[in-house]
Formats: sequence, structure tokens, C-alpha cells
Amino acid sequence: MSDQITGAQSLVKSLEHSGVDVMFGIPGGAILPAYDPIFDSSIRHILVRHEQGAGHAATGYAQATGRVGVCIATSGPGATNLVTPLADAQMDSVPVVAITGQVAAAAIGTDAFQEADIRGITMPVTKHNFLITDPRDIPRAIAEAFHIAGTGRPGAVLVDIAKDALTKMTDFNWPTKVSLPGYNPILDPTPESVRDAAALIAESKSPVLYVGGGIIKANAAAELLKLAELTGAPVVTTLMARGAFPDSHSQHLGMPGMHGTVAAVTALQKADLLITLGARFDDRVTGKLSSFAPSAKVIHADIDPAEIGKNRIVDVALIGDLKATINALIPALKEKFKNSPPDLTSWWLQCNNWRTTYPLGFDEPDDGSVSPQYVIQRLGQIVGPNAIYVAGVGQHQMWASQFVKYEKPRTWLNSGGLGTMGYAVPAAMGAKVGAPDTVVWAIDGDGCFQMTNQELVTCALNNIPIKVAIINNESLGMVRQWQTLFYNERYSNTDLHSKRIPDFAKLAEAMGCVGLRCESKEDVDRVINEAMAINDRPVVVDFSVHRDAMVWPMVAAGTSNDDIVVAKSMAPIWDSQEL
Amino acid sequence: MSTHTLSVLVENSPGVLARIASLFSRRGYNIDSLAVGPTEDPNVSRMTIVVNVEGHALSQVIQQTDKLINVLSIIELDPIASVQRELLLVKVATTSETRSQVLETVQLFRAKVVDVAQDAVTIEATGNSEKIQALLRVLEPYGIKELVQSGLVAMERGLKPGKSHHPDHD
Repeated sequence: MSDQITGAQSLVKSLEHSGVDVMFGIPGGAILPAYDPIFDSSIRHILVRHEQGAGHAATGYAQATGRVGVCIATSGPGATNLVTPLADAQMDSVPVVAITGQVAAAAIGTDAFQEADIRGITMPVTKHNFLITDPRDIPRAIAEAFHIAGTGRPGAVLVDIAKDALTKMTDFNWPTKVSLPGYNPILDPTPESVRDAAALIAESKSPVLYVGGGIIKANAAAELLKLAELTGAPVVTTLMARGAFPDSHSQHLGMPGMHGTVAAVTALQKADLLITLGARFDDRVTGKLSSFAPSAKVIHADIDPAEIGKNRIVDVALIGDLKATINALIPALKEKFKNSPPDLTSWWLQCNNWRTTYPLGFDEPDDGSVSPQYVIQRLGQIVGPNAIYVAGVGQHQMWASQFVKYEKPRTWLNSGGLGTMGYAVPAAMGAKVGAPDTVVWAIDGDGCFQMTNQELVTCALNNIPIKVAIINNESLGMVRQWQTLFYNERYSNTDLHSKRIPDFAKLAEAMGCVGLRCESKEDVDRVINEAMAINDRPVVVDFSVHRDAMVWPMVAAGTSNDDIVVAKSMAPIWDSQEL
Repeated sequence: MSTHTLSVLVENSPGVLARIASLFSRRGYNIDSLAVGPTEDPNVSRMTIVVNVEGHALSQVIQQTDKLINVLSIIELDPIASVQRELLLVKVATTSETRSQVLETVQLFRAKVVDVAQDAVTIEATGNSEKIQALLRVLEPYGIKELVQSGLVAMERGLKPGKSHHPDHD
């Protein structure tokens, strides 16, 4: 029996076998047995300050690297603190595995100290989850968890392990292959569907490539570029797909949706064909669904069959891995185009007209304060497209998606689906751990920052020198914008009074970071450059900005994309021909 | 809205019923009935789920359910190409005058009496929903004291889909 090990040792060995190099977590009673072998393991464990930070860090790591991110917490409150980041990762299809301790098997169901039914709680917000009470099941569960999280449509998986399963002795048998009879992601689209899709594309006079985050998940940006140039069609990239197609490319119309460009939103509305690649017809893209892209046929390529027809009826479904799908589509299209190459001249005339008439822009505030868009635009210009930008949720997130120019996948990280305020700082930490040689900027709001900034302590102590730009408008800006537009400027509970309380620069210093402040337009470049010059510690820059700035364009929630507003009370003027 | 019978093979693992229930609940699918039981394979259970959804939502129900890792297969059963049964236990009030009429009804429906008391009989019946509902309509005037009904269970006819025949006497 000498080759027997504890369940905890089996867990750590299993994580090592799964290729884990780093995990984020906090120990506690039920998971404590696992922390003893972690102490000796080759896996780097980063001790965070809140479990939510561990979850978002795992997500940021996964989004930056494409690998499965790992977080670990104890039972009860440790586990429930992971619920938000797990729901977040699942909504954005990010591969994350969470390990949680559970009370001993005999105590499960007795309302024991720090007991929470985390498997039950996370069932609706994970791709799958496990409760392990027998140490022999640990290697198989871990192998399956990583397989499920990282393949098919990626997602969040939780493995809950009873404390006594960690302490008991067991044999370690690493499964040579994962066998899940109920889980067989389809990788290649059928030849018939590829043929039908090619036929629709060849017939189309006004197609749009509607690109979602799936392109980045499938590492298919290079294939997308080929497909785009082959078809010559306009490309729009959703919030989750920024960076999947270069912003500098002439075919790129920008982001569609509630705060998308007029050109991107309108091109979708007027298209006769949507070539949908790893996107999911989210309400923030479609606006009022019944009036979305009313004359378009739809090709929908996705690895998740359940996305087909969920929100929009499709004409051709391409179910499979996007890289394989595009690689199959390209030769089929070349064959079609041999006889009749696509002529999109008049379509491009329209698209270019929308693009040049309604470019993204912003007004300088009258009161001499700094415009938040200017800060974000300069940050993008000075820092450049090789950095990773991580946003929180709100106005600053929309501006960061609009005014930073992305050229490469995995350089834009944000919480798109769940819209989790507080995502930026811990996710930036995870991204920096995954890509230590890359400059990582969190672009955060003053509201978001106050939710999770304690992870800057983790960054300072673990040599994770991220940079944080707080776009400080002293308010919950996006909510305030809605109050301005829809609640008669009645600013109920959106004033954070955060110009001096807290003093973000001092707070940063207290957490072992460099704290900088910028309060005038003239200082913006200088302060950004100053922050760029510091690489041995995290840096926080508090940018005081105009509080009444608003995100434009805007399609109000629940209304038609045809009713896009370019600026307050200013709708685009369509000529009759376009309508 | 229309009803559809789904036959779902699931891994016989803890929590699988909760997963199905959680999915149906959060996506707003209406379950008319649900029956779970063992199959010829001890590792596999069969769920027969009757859902009430609009036409195009049915494929969503099927696809989303199929996405669950523990779901091995899911098919919609065509009512004509499948055998569908419910089990009914019903306690009917009887007097010396009505007892024989109730027993006659039991015979006509090829149900059976499983318990007799001074003032009531308990009847067991199996059949498709229409038969069970018809039986209840006939028994109602006598006074239904208590009833319990199983969810629908169903199975495809024949050895394989498309090779069915109909030796059905109901």
C-alpha cells in the first residue's frame, strides 16, 4: 500500500497532469488538505484577497492565453463568492475550472459549518459540475472537468470535493482518455451545409460578416481574415470579438449593437445576408429582435447546436469548430466565385457613406474638464495594439471598445454577457500572469474599481505589474446616462462622490502600487507615459473626467436598431433610397 | 402551444434530475409531466418528459437538454409510432346501489379494482391520456375521493424506429 497517496495529493497530481501552471485562490477549512500538497507543487498558487478575484483572474488568464484558467476556494462562503465569476465565464464561453472544498461527506445535508450546496447553486451557471465524495473519483473528475471546460463551446466547470475525500488514502490512476458518452462536440460542418452556405454567399448582393467571440475562442482570426478578403464583405465585430479582425482593415465597419457604430448597426439592418460566425444574436446586438436585419437571410456558424435558431431563425446552420468551418467554406466559395466573382460595389458605396457620414466621435466638454473618450483614445494611441486592455462594465467599457483600436485577438478582455462590474482589476491580474511580457492595462470605472480593487494588493505582492486607468466621473456613469435619458435627470443613487473619497492615488499607494493623478487634458499624455515607464510595480492612474459625457451612438433598450441615435436627440438622416 | 413527448436517456448519476429541472425552469419550458425510471442498462435511466411549447421552441428544448453532459440522447416520440401510457389510481365513492355500475365501468375500460372498502373502491388503470381522462369523466359523478396519476411513460414501437407494427388493443 506504499504507493497510496491522499486524495489531496491526487488532486494536485491531477491538476499537474492537466497542465495547470498557475491557480488563483484562498484556503479555508474544507479545502485545507489540498493546500498542503499545493505547497510542494510546481503549480504557482496566487493568494488573492477575495474569491471573486480568483474567479475573474482565472477568466482573464484564460482569455489572454486560450488555456483553461483555474481558481480554488473553500466550502460555503468561499465557494459562493465564486458564483459571480463562474456565471461571468460561462456567459462569455471562457474555459475556467473551479475547485472547491466541501464539508465531509457525512456532514453534507446537515447544514454543517461553512456548508453550501455549491453544486446545486452553480448548476445553472456552469457548463457542468461535479461533487466528489470518493477519493478514487478525483483524477477522472479533474480530467473530465478540463476536457469539458476547454473543448466544444468553452465554459465554466466546478469540481466540489468533500473534505474527507481529500484526506483519505487512494490510488492515483490518471485516465488515459476521457470518455463522456453524452458529450461529443461536433467539429466539422456537414458538406451539404457548407455547399448551401457558399451558394447563399455567392448570391448575396449585400452580405455582412457578423463576427462574435467564437472566432477568438476557436483561434480562427487568420482564417476569418482570409474569408473576409475572399468575399470582400463588410465585417462587424461584436463586443466579445473586438480584436478578432483588425480595426485598421478597410472592410471593418466596427462594433454593432446598442453602442455600435452607425455603419455596423445599419449594415446589419440593410444586409441581405448575415454570415454569422460564433455570435449569438444577443439582445444588445439585435435591439428589438423582430425588427433586426429584416431582409437578411442568415448563415449561422457555431460549435453549439443550441445557439442555432435560439433567437433568430436561420437559413443555413454550420455546426462545427469555426476554424474548420471557415477552412471548408473557403474552397467552396472559390469554386463558386470562379464563374461569378462577387460584385459588392453598390453595397460598399452605401456602407462607406454611413461610415464617413457618421464616424465615431465625441464632444469636448464646455467646462474645461477632461473628456473620458479623449483619455481612452490617447491611452490606446500611446500604448498601442500589442498591449492587452481589460475593461470593467459601463461607459468606460463602451468607450474602450470604441476608441482603442484593436488589431489582434486576445488583446481586448471584458465581461460582455453577464456585465460584471468589478471584472477589470482581477481579470487584468490574471491576464498579466498569463502574458507576463505583455503590457496589461485595466480601463476601469470609479464604480467598478471600488468593487474589486483589493486584488491590487495581490498584484503588488506577487510581482504582477498591471496598470489601471480609472476613468473617474464620480458616478455610476452608465446608470446616470440612462437617468439622464429616461428618468428626467433624476440621479437617484448614482453619485459616488469619488473625486477625493476615496483618494484613489493614495489608496493605490497604500496597496503597494504607484498612484498617479491626472486632472487636465494637457497632462494626459505625460501621465500615461509616466505609467508606461513603471514596470516593477502596479500603477493606478486616477483620471478625473467630465461626468456628463455620454456613450454614443445608442440604440435604446428594447427599440429597433433602425432607431439608432447618433448623439442626444440626433438620429441619422437616411435618404429615402437607403430606407 | 402543443404537447410533445420527449424520450431522454440520461446517465444514472446523482443530480441529473436536478439538472433537467433547473434547465427547464431557467429557460421557461413548461413540463406537463415527467417520469423517471431505470432501463435495461443499470447505468442509464430513461426520462419521459411531456412538454408544452410552441413549435419552433421545441428544437430549443431538445438542443438545450441535449447539451447537458449527462444526457446521452433525446428524441421526440411520435404519438402514432410510440406506445404511451399513464398509470392511474383512483378512489371512487360507492354505495350498494352504485357499486355494480362502477364495477361495470372498470370492466369496460379494462381497468381493475385493487381495493374495496365499505363506501369506496380503488381502481387501477393504465392507458394513454385520452383513455385515463375518459375513465375519470365516467367515474366523476360517483364522487372521486382521491386520485393519483403517474407521469407519462412511452417507448418507440418496433425494434428500431421505422420498423413498427401496431398490436395495440387499447
